[in-house]
Amino acid sequence: MFTVPEFTALQTAIARVREEDVLSALRGDRIGIQGLAALLSPLAEPHLPAMAARAAFLTEQRFGRTIQMYAPVYLSSYCANRCAYCGFSADNTIDRRVLTFAEAEAEAMILHQRGFQHLLLVSGEAPAKVGVDYLEEIARRLRDRFAALSIEVQPLATGEYARLFRAGITSVAVYQETYDREVYKQVHLAGRKADFDHRLDTPARAAAAGMREVGIGALLGLADWRAEGLALGLHLAWLRKHFWRTGLTVSFPRMRPAEGEFKPLKPVAERNLSQMIFALRIFDPDVGLYLSTREEARYRDGMIGLGPTRYSAGSCTAPGGYGLADAGGEQFEVGDSRSLAEVSAAIQAKGFDPVRKDWDAVFQAKGVRQEAA
Amino acid sequence: MLTIAGRKFRSRLFGGTGKFASPEVMREALAASGCEMVTVALRRVDLGNPADDIMRVLDRERYLFLPNTSGARDAQEAIRLAHLAQASGGGEWLKLEVTPDPRTLLPDPVETLKATEILVREGFKVLPYINADPILALRLQDAGAAAVMPLGSPIGTNQGILTRFQIAIIIEQARVPVVVDAGLGAPSHAAEAMEMGADAVLVNTAIAVAGDPIRMARAFAMAVEAGRTAYEAGLGTVRRDAAASSPEEGLGFLR
Repeated sequence: MFTVPEFTALQTAIARVREEDVLSALRGDRIGIQGLAALLSPLAEPHLPAMAARAAFLTEQRFGRTIQMYAPVYLSSYCANRCAYCGFSADNTIDRRVLTFAEAEAEAMILHQRGFQHLLLVSGEAPAKVGVDYLEEIARRLRDRFAALSIEVQPLATGEYARLFRAGITSVAVYQETYDREVYKQVHLAGRKADFDHRLDTPARAAAAGMREVGIGALLGLADWRAEGLALGLHLAWLRKHFWRTGLTVSFPRMRPAEGEFKPLKPVAERNLSQMIFALRIFDPDVGLYLSTREEARYRDGMIGLGPTRYSAGSCTAPGGYGLADAGGEQFEVGDSRSLAEVSAAIQAKGFDPVRKDWDAVFQAKGVRQEAA
Repeated sequence: MLTIAGRKFRSRLFGGTGKFASPEVMREALAASGCEMVTVALRRVDLGNPADDIMRVLDRERYLFLPNTSGARDAQEAIRLAHLAQASGGGEWLKLEVTPDPRTLLPDPVETLKATEILVREGFKVLPYINADPILALRLQDAGAAAVMPLGSPIGTNQGILTRFQIAIIIEQARVPVVVDAGLGAPSHAAEAMEMGADAVLVNTAIAVAGDPIRMARAFAMAVEAGRTAYEAGLGTVRRDAAASSPEEGLGFLR
């Protein structure tokens, strides 16, 4: 099982970085965890342009001049957890709803018509409302109409992930939110999510179940981002070693000061976010990196080609937000509200191809019975 | 002229469709390369859909499409993709890629052999992508592979032919065409493979991400031709000691 060092130990490792460590990490090929600490340190900040250039080179080499496009479908805003920072927190009095199968299908098909082939199915963590049976049925209804279906829902057991994989789910994203146990306790007030270790072990369970791809991430704004970056690197390296068949991705959800009542405990500036993205790209040239519509258009356009490989567009974070007149409340306000066509045009203007399909439903076996037929 | 599974090819350079900045750049680069066979990832294109962003810019009369099973983790998945390719009009040509490690994309020899045996029986013309393992290459030929495609170095690395010694053995023993695939980062690498006696090379990344993919495609075409011509002309042997250019030089005292 993956265990993360004490957060203060991660911070100490970064504080010990010397100028020559930064220079050697910028020159090296496989920089290792020491190199990652160096590139996350304040001493690396003056070298941000060099980091950007190195990250761009590695991204182009591994992924070519392409960016994969996706969109989220919010299935439900019910949540059994009380998380201080989240719009769906059980404490909040928002208009909650869970989509029926037909509604979820309709939402997905709106995105299909807009040109999306990769969907991310998202829900609050309320197993009684959105359980494995529900997700399985949605996957079965959508699987043949989309290239790939991912989920970002409550942590599940290995057997449950295996069921969803057979139903057509290709990948699982589950964010630790913060790798700092103290802060984790402070912001996760109640619910299953309050168990730090159960959540930490979730990506491994998804990988063990055979998922194609597993995504991890930290909610930026809760704790020291440099140490979060180092923890993400350790988590990635551990997953690579133990689940070599699984593709890995990292997301960088950044809390914005303007958003909701919760003020980020440790604000993360665009420069910091960029440094973190460059550092992780250089640390792991093959990892898929997401940059969602949480970030503003100007920033997302600027980052094209510098590390991120997955972009969303036209996202709505409320269940039913694409087509239903009475959509529920949203999880957070997006920073980039451009359509798929507009984001694609920006990507093309930078000399990159916005790829809409880079998977196929046929990869997933349709269950043993159909396979034998 | 190069013949694979009964089909003749004037160009010994094969192209790919991944990693290009746009479908238009891809079309121009492929045209400049002069290639006649192009591999397309089944995960990426919708073969049966003429409006697909890649399909719509490529002329099926001009190129033989070689669908590939990129993304398959085992024989079963690769076979399922092959069936999909056939059902959507991809024909019986198949570049078999079984790459369970999504990081290095190195091919799984066991699953590749298994899938080749089954697909050949089903009538596919199978071109398996393999590590440069001479025994595996022989086993695949025994199983009926139409060609073998050993890698020069891991895909996308532009490292050139790091497997030179094994590729030389594969070429020496081959009963089917040998296509060096993956890792060729510069025209000189392609020329090297051709000088060694490879029947063809497949180049994608080095062209797709070049500063000017169209000119780079032309450069690769010239390198492949130069390398092949040199091979056919008969290269001089590389030797450690200096060899006199006139056989009797230095021996003038002999009577």
